[in-house]
Amino acid sequence: MTAQLFASQLTLFRGERCLFTDLNFALNPSQLLLLEGRNGSGKTSLMRAIAGLIEFESGEILWGGISVRSNRQAFHGALVWMAHRVGFKADLTLVENLRFESHLRSQSKADFDDVLQRLDIDRLKRLPLRSLSAGQQRRVALARMLLSQVPLWLMDEPFTNLDREGRALVMQLTTEHLADGGMCIMAAHQDVEIDADVTKIVLQ
Amino acid sequence: MTDNDESLGIFAGTLGVARRDLLLAWKRPGDILNPLFFFAMVATLFPLAVGPSPEQLEFSGPAVLWVAALLAMLLSLNSLFLSDFEDGSLDQMLVSPLPLSALALGKTLAHWLTSGLPLVLVSPVVAITFRMPFSVTGILMLTLLLGTISLSLLGSIGAALTVGLHRGTALLSLLILPLAMPVLIFGARTVSLVAAGDGVAGGLYFLGAYAVLVLSFAPFATAAALRISNE
Amino acid sequence: MWKFIHKLASPPHFYRLAAQIVPWLVVPGLLLVAYATYAGLFLAPADYQQGDAFRIIYVHVPSAYLSMMTYMIMAVSAGIGLIWRIKLSHAVAAAAAPLGAWFTFLALMTGSIWGKPMWGTWWEWGDPRLTSELIMLFLYFGYMALRGAIDDTVKADKSSAVLALVGAVNVPIIHFSVEWWSSLHQGPTLVKKGGPAMDTAMLYPLLAMILGFSFLFGALLLRRVRAEVLFRERRTRWVKEMVLSGGT
Repeated sequence: MTAQLFASQLTLFRGERCLFTDLNFALNPSQLLLLEGRNGSGKTSLMRAIAGLIEFESGEILWGGISVRSNRQAFHGALVWMAHRVGFKADLTLVENLRFESHLRSQSKADFDDVLQRLDIDRLKRLPLRSLSAGQQRRVALARMLLSQVPLWLMDEPFTNLDREGRALVMQLTTEHLADGGMCIMAAHQDVEIDADVTKIVLQ
Repeated sequence: MTDNDESLGIFAGTLGVARRDLLLAWKRPGDILNPLFFFAMVATLFPLAVGPSPEQLEFSGPAVLWVAALLAMLLSLNSLFLSDFEDGSLDQMLVSPLPLSALALGKTLAHWLTSGLPLVLVSPVVAITFRMPFSVTGILMLTLLLGTISLSLLGSIGAALTVGLHRGTALLSLLILPLAMPVLIFGARTVSLVAAGDGVAGGLYFLGAYAVLVLSFAPFATAAALRISNE
Repeated sequence: MWKFIHKLASPPHFYRLAAQIVPWLVVPGLLLVAYATYAGLFLAPADYQQGDAFRIIYVHVPSAYLSMMTYMIMAVSAGIGLIWRIKLSHAVAAAAAPLGAWFTFLALMTGSIWGKPMWGTWWEWGDPRLTSELIMLFLYFGYMALRGAIDDTVKADKSSAVLALVGAVNVPIIHFSVEWWSSLHQGPTLVKKGGPAMDTAMLYPLLAMILGFSFLFGALLLRRVRAEVLFRERRTRWVKEMVLSGGT
């Protein structure tokens, strides 16, 4: 039986530099893939490549047994990505930003207010994003993840800029997502305390 | 929030992007006004350089207005994808299940509505200073309307190719201006011919056909260029 | 078939093959150009209208022809590189651009020199083909400037390929619009219904020159692609082995 997400023989270059060769991994529902490594070891590049923004030099990723390259739409429909940069418009309000997201990927609008409440950002709804702190903006990015209701979460350094409470929240949410049968690929350079089936990849 | 629907329409994606960009433009009206002022400024420079002779102004009016419009469009193109590239919104669009070409078309649509259309609407005011008769002004607006659509579409390809590059502005002009020559030639010449009492249909047909042609490939080229530039 | 193409596109194989082909292009190219130069200058009669000034077409026409041809070669190979991810193809496009720009410049310069005795001016805006050549030169400049602005070779390849393809769609339209814009130039004399409208003593040297230019262009292009391939593959084993063994 093949895994839901299966990566074989991945090789990635950034410019002249080879980040890794022949990387293999598999991910199934309720599993967490943890990417570790020093700064500059290529965690973010790997994450971007998995998301399909960078081309691998060789190797391929299969989603549900089908190559992602030939079935980009289905794969992108199944993932949501929390990147370094939050990817919101500073001039638009929180609600306007999240409403725009609903055009990019399907959202469950039913529990919109619940999600904002859970993340403790519901009182910031009408504020333009530029007036939010970096940590609050990260919480809005978390709201995007929760609203999208897709199986695969890609999280690049999700703890950046978050306070202790926020970090605990991220771990809590991830644990719940995995318990619901979701999958998560997370790049982090600090200890992650998540009670789940964890696979680690350490990039040199 | 709006009604609860799970479906993701391609067309809705295009309009969603366009609406977001219009909303952003609404919050920063300077971005719309600057190219308009630039348009008026360039059109003012010519009479000052050429002299106030009415015959000369009448004769050079269509050309000056068209060149000024072309440059004003170019000025506004530079920032088309820049902020999306810088704040990471472009990344999010790239991982959307919707075709990127549909989203890029939305960006281009918003660009035309905020830079092309205002130029068309302002052009009669500037045309008056060149002693352009009203009948000719109508044709000028029509050629600008059709021509700026092509310019927005072609320009979005150039903007996508140069996003994230240093010296992007000068490079963008070098990439786009040669491609924009047919639009300039047909736009300006059609107005000149009408002013001289000639027929108008041929030029307008060309501008319309060209806009349709560019529309058929520009969104795909823009999408490809965005994927490459954002690597 | 595919296997053959892939073998051909493999850099070491191409590198060796190209070296073998180059002499087969240079020798006939030089012979043709030598013949055409002699015939064009001494055997062809002077034009009854233009006198001896017409003889510049022996440089002008081949250059203009190659300036167009090179753009097509560039766009097609860039397209192949983009669609089928063949790196060699991108190397061909990158190597072709400066050659194309150079031939465009030659065509412009000779056209302008010809224009001085004919029209009494170095530059005649009313001539549609000179004007399209000028726009062509800008297209080449744009392509090379875009390549130059991107540090990463792979990215530069792909970006410039998109530009070359968009340019290729536009080239015929630019020609058409410039033709419409004005018409002062003499009509095309080489290709006409019912055979060329040219004396054979004038025509044969011209055809020989076009062919000779094309051969030499092919040789130059192959040499440039070889250099490009060598630079791109500088970190691979076959290049290191070849350099260490002192081969070329």
